[in-house]
Amino acid sequence: MADFEVPELQEIPLVPHIKEGAMAHSQPYIAKAPFQEALGFPGELVENWEEKVYEKMDDLRKRYRSFQVYLDSCVKCGACTDKCHYFLGTADPKNMPVARQDLLRKVYRSKFTFAGKFWTKLGMPWMVGAQKMDKGVLDEWYSYFHQCSQCRRCSVYCPYGIDTAEISMAAREIMDSIGVGQKYCNEILGKVFKIGNNLGLPQPALLNTLEGLEEEVEEDTGVAVKFPLDVKGADILLVTPSADFFAEPHVDGLIGYAKVFHESGISWTISSYASEAGNFGMFIGSYETMRKAAQRIRKAALDLGVKRIVFGECGHAWRVAYSFLNTLAGPWDFLDPNYPVPQHICEFTHDLIQRDKLTFDKSANDHRVMTYHDSCNVARGSRMGDKPGGQMEIPRAVIKACCNNFHDMPPETIGEATFCCGGGGGILTDDLMEIRVKGAQPRAEALKQVTENNGVTHMAAICAICKSQFTKVLPYYGFTMDQIVSVHQLVSDAIVLTKKD
Amino acid sequence: MTALSIFFALLFYAAMAVFVVGLVCKIIQYSRTPAPLKIPTTPAPVTQTGVVLRMASEVILFASLFKSSKWTWIFGWMFHLALLLAFFRHLRYAMTPDSMLWPLVNLKLIQAAGQYGAYVMLIGLLGLFVRRIFVDRVRYISAPSDYLMLILILTIAGSGTLMSFVAHTDIVQLKAFILGLIYFDWQTLPADGLVITHLGLVALLMFIFPISKLLHAPGMFFSPTRNQIDNPREKRHISAWGKAIDDAEAKMTVD
Repeated sequence: MADFEVPELQEIPLVPHIKEGAMAHSQPYIAKAPFQEALGFPGELVENWEEKVYEKMDDLRKRYRSFQVYLDSCVKCGACTDKCHYFLGTADPKNMPVARQDLLRKVYRSKFTFAGKFWTKLGMPWMVGAQKMDKGVLDEWYSYFHQCSQCRRCSVYCPYGIDTAEISMAAREIMDSIGVGQKYCNEILGKVFKIGNNLGLPQPALLNTLEGLEEEVEEDTGVAVKFPLDVKGADILLVTPSADFFAEPHVDGLIGYAKVFHESGISWTISSYASEAGNFGMFIGSYETMRKAAQRIRKAALDLGVKRIVFGECGHAWRVAYSFLNTLAGPWDFLDPNYPVPQHICEFTHDLIQRDKLTFDKSANDHRVMTYHDSCNVARGSRMGDKPGGQMEIPRAVIKACCNNFHDMPPETIGEATFCCGGGGGILTDDLMEIRVKGAQPRAEALKQVTENNGVTHMAAICAICKSQFTKVLPYYGFTMDQIVSVHQLVSDAIVLTKKD
Repeated sequence: MTALSIFFALLFYAAMAVFVVGLVCKIIQYSRTPAPLKIPTTPAPVTQTGVVLRMASEVILFASLFKSSKWTWIFGWMFHLALLLAFFRHLRYAMTPDSMLWPLVNLKLIQAAGQYGAYVMLIGLLGLFVRRIFVDRVRYISAPSDYLMLILILTIAGSGTLMSFVAHTDIVQLKAFILGLIYFDWQTLPADGLVITHLGLVALLMFIFPISKLLHAPGMFFSPTRNQIDNPREKRHISAWGKAIDDAEAKMTVD
């Protein structure tokens, strides 16, 4: 099945002994020139690229406090060394967060610190962990900065809050700026700017898909649940990951949102122009690219004249939406000030549940014993509701409102300590299958525990990447694809629909 | 006045200058660098008071490190606590009994805690050193400078402990030397191997503070994942350069 060794799941997860170079061969495909140029990056490795790396690094450290402070502050205490799911799954020491950062920090030290310059001049840069930029370093960057899902687990445990995601984003931005981009991310960004979503689904195809869903739901339930597209004057603009339009189990989640909107009686629409929640601009670390993608949502909201914006189930998307959307595409003063902008679909559904507006037949989910996977960027890069931690509580409250059987995975693998699915941050591509499978090991171990101890049959997630990743990689560990469900799929199965005119 | 005294007097002025100027430059650099996006590691406080409490728990208790690794936490915390105690104890060598703080500094508790804290410091440092050598992951990420830093501080702590418990130096004369530095009335430094080691390495530590990983001390206060309020939906966060992009685009639309 795989041309690499699939790790064996442990009863009690173990921290491996380091195996140098274990994943040095892992590299994603390089973006071809047209895709690079479409985003304003050089098509291929530029001349004099070492100098350009230093220039870009200098630019970034002046524009990002996180970058400057984190490059200076690490004391190599080792607190993060056993926290990354990619290290736990591969044992490659360069997948330890600090070592991953050091791939960039050593270059920073050689050029921008007194100690680094001093020892480099003496010919002993290794004294202080400094190294000049060269082809070997660039190769390592390309390899290991595409083995980070920007999940922020390391930043929870760092005594200074150093977030490797910030360093990975900077590294990818630097590489893009010298013409070394990743095919997967940059091609997808091209599609967003050209067509409106990551999958390159044009308006007619989208319309066709949504009409098909309407028919399917009416056949199933006898109730005419609408899936509106580009409806001017609707109250709510739904922005959801494009995988929700046809991938499994994503689409079952989309059906769930539609049913909740139906029951709420609030009008809503999807926009074909901004038919993508996922913002890959974050993966490549580019503020400008991320902003450009976010501005599409602003334009759609203005053009359609909506009053509110609701985001569907997506992890990194929700981080960009919750934490950055106001910065990148605000202010949102033309929307209804009574609601947060944006709102998560789980917040929306939870609010209706709180106000007793939804009726559930929980027995519809009795064939499932549920657990819930906290998506990394929801857990550690966002919030839901008014209180810190609402992003863990609200999705669970929604699940428990429509399911009788729920067990959490071990506490050190959920909540703020949650393990990434292994496919986040621009890693969800077939050319990185080995790191995806190995990175999923810690989650698979936790899932196995509750499967064996509590009879858990299904794991719910609220992220398009998590869902795609798990359906693909969990079978390597003996699970089946259909054990992964959308949170709003559970809502969809249990909700009691009322006929409306 | 010996040549040694003059050398050490000049050394300490230089060390103090590098330490203060270097640190101030770094703090200015950190505070002037924009943080264009809201990136607190969540769950994060939603109020300013909450952020102060979060930061206090990090600075005083090393809360995140506690979550991470109990061994690193206990050794690291012992070392830093003892460092604070040693600082208070040393204040008596830099002030006269007519100083306002003298009654506090001269408290038996402060003096005893500072003195016996030496052992706490040595245990903490040795623990960190052993961990660095024997845990394969930590050994992998260690550069020579990481070991040397520990050796440097261990030697400072060791020489100080020896002076305190084993081979007393002429402390009256030493205090006169230090007060002399402060009041620009130079006095003779006792020519004692332990004193010279202790003070020489302290000066070295001050020199390298602003150019080494010791910058974690000011750095942690500027860490956006720890010092930002989690309120991006409630309040629009925008940096100067972020706003410049907005403005440039708005201007293009108007034109």
